[in-house]
Amino acid sequence: MMVTTQSVNIQVLKETARSLRLDILDMTTKAASGHPSSSWSCVEILVALYFGGILRYRADDPWWPERDRFIMSKGHAAPALYAVLAAAGYFSRDLLWTLRQVDSPVQGHPIQGLLPGVEATTGSLGQGLSLGLGHVLGGRLNRLNYRVYVLLGDGECQAGQVWEAAMAAAHFKADNLHAIVDYNKYQETGPISREMALEPFIEKWQGFGWHVEEVDGHDIAALIQALRAVQQVRGQPSVIIAHTVKGKGVSFVEADYTFHGRALTPEQAARAREELLR
Amino acid sequence: MRLGERAGLKPAKPMRDVFGEALLEVCRRNPRVVVLDGDLGNSTKAETVRHAFPERFFNLGIAESNLVCVGAGLAACGFIPFITSFSSFLLCNAYDQLRLAIALSNINAKVLGSHGGITLGKDGPTQMGIEDIALVGGLPTFVILVPSDPASMHKAVQAAVDHVGPVWLRSSRVAMPHIYPEDNCPFTIGKANVVRQGSDVTIVGCGIMVAMALDAAVILAEEGIQARVIDMHTLRPLDKETIIAAARETGAIVTAEEHLLTGGMGSNIARIVASTHPVPMRFVGLADTYTESGDPEDLLRKYGLTAEHIATAAREAVAAKR
Repeated sequence: MMVTTQSVNIQVLKETARSLRLDILDMTTKAASGHPSSSWSCVEILVALYFGGILRYRADDPWWPERDRFIMSKGHAAPALYAVLAAAGYFSRDLLWTLRQVDSPVQGHPIQGLLPGVEATTGSLGQGLSLGLGHVLGGRLNRLNYRVYVLLGDGECQAGQVWEAAMAAAHFKADNLHAIVDYNKYQETGPISREMALEPFIEKWQGFGWHVEEVDGHDIAALIQALRAVQQVRGQPSVIIAHTVKGKGVSFVEADYTFHGRALTPEQAARAREELLR
Repeated sequence: MRLGERAGLKPAKPMRDVFGEALLEVCRRNPRVVVLDGDLGNSTKAETVRHAFPERFFNLGIAESNLVCVGAGLAACGFIPFITSFSSFLLCNAYDQLRLAIALSNINAKVLGSHGGITLGKDGPTQMGIEDIALVGGLPTFVILVPSDPASMHKAVQAAVDHVGPVWLRSSRVAMPHIYPEDNCPFTIGKANVVRQGSDVTIVGCGIMVAMALDAAVILAEEGIQARVIDMHTLRPLDKETIIAAARETGAIVTAEEHLLTGGMGSNIARIVASTHPVPMRFVGLADTYTESGDPEDLLRKYGLTAEHIATAAREAVAAKR
């Protein structure tokens, strides 16, 4: 499925986001494990990419050489990735309910080669931006003009490799490499500012030679605008700092960071469903 | 006495130089091969490609984690990356990246771990890869190749490119004498080469230890012990058939490696021998210790890696048969 930039209907995309949140809820509740809150915080980012006319892809030809790449570097948000790929038509939605079951390609964290549309094995944080740079250099050698989008977690940006990749991407003037940081302000054990602060965050990226955009990461129209804006940047890579809310959409999850690696109980899931359908 | 002199082997140039030539050769033959360097191209000799094909050579600087993942990304685009650096830096800085981005993803990337073993000498133990085989052993989808002479290095580099999937290639700074005629080196991944026939004991070596095993076989022959010598150029998949045949036909096995005994070639061969045709075995390699700076020959002598050490182990193994 491909959406032209002109025909984006934000109301429809909001409904898509709602439906992805419900899928993430159902997947992780059935699996009785996973990272629902980290998945919910990046839903609008994925919707903007896949349905907002940003990513060029062919779900029926998933390895089309000219496709834009999307790399889910924060691999624990795998449920969000699987949900959006299923919605985009890469594979049957029925597969979603096999998350984390034996014999399923829908692994707890994404594994390259098991599912169409999954570009990389991630789950040990810090690797995605480097992989994306490899795709950029490969695209140059292949004389293809695709773009590479990498979704980073905020806690992930504590990893040294992210900054190795940031330095290298600027060195190679990778202006078709676009990082998006899901800046939900929490890591597994607590608030980022308390555990290992990232600020001044924008200045760090700028210091490494990156163009920076800042956006409300739940405002689909603003995300699309920022994603279009970074396409115009020449000679340097760009990052979108997307301010998000961990657990977005479900009040009692938003209010409790200990949901990081925890699925909801069936009772909690029922309440969450009510809120999401509201 | 020079390595390989007893066995009548001709001296050769350093293995890293041979690697540089072999890499350039595969780049000429296959336009999909690209080379990634961790700012050590003049030490690994990957720089040959930088001069000949600058657009297919990427120096990622001193940042091995990024280096490995950029290589993985290039592999995902259909290129055949040769990711090159010292084995100790790649494995100890970027093990996680080798594990997820290459081994678990089972992608078609090649890794050159140079400066394996202790024969890099004077730079000392910080630079030596004495645990590389053990560490790559923990990455189960990697084929592991350890060439033993110039001709086998050329064949190994070509075989690595031809094989679809992750390959680890161990190189060394040191010179290894010619074991094979330059134009006639049998090299099939997973098929060991018997480089000397013998019926009393088998010495299995890899890398520099093959020439040393041939020297040891000459010493043993003077005493009436006929040693078979096997060049185990592929450490995964191991050639079980050749190992079992050696156990059955010679009744004793010595392994010799420029690597820690823990987690090395010898322990993997012992597992095969113990579970199929148990015979007395002895193991030549590094005890659980780090070594030091020094002349390669002095180091080999001090840390127990000489033809004499192999011969002693072989005598013990033969004696244990009775």
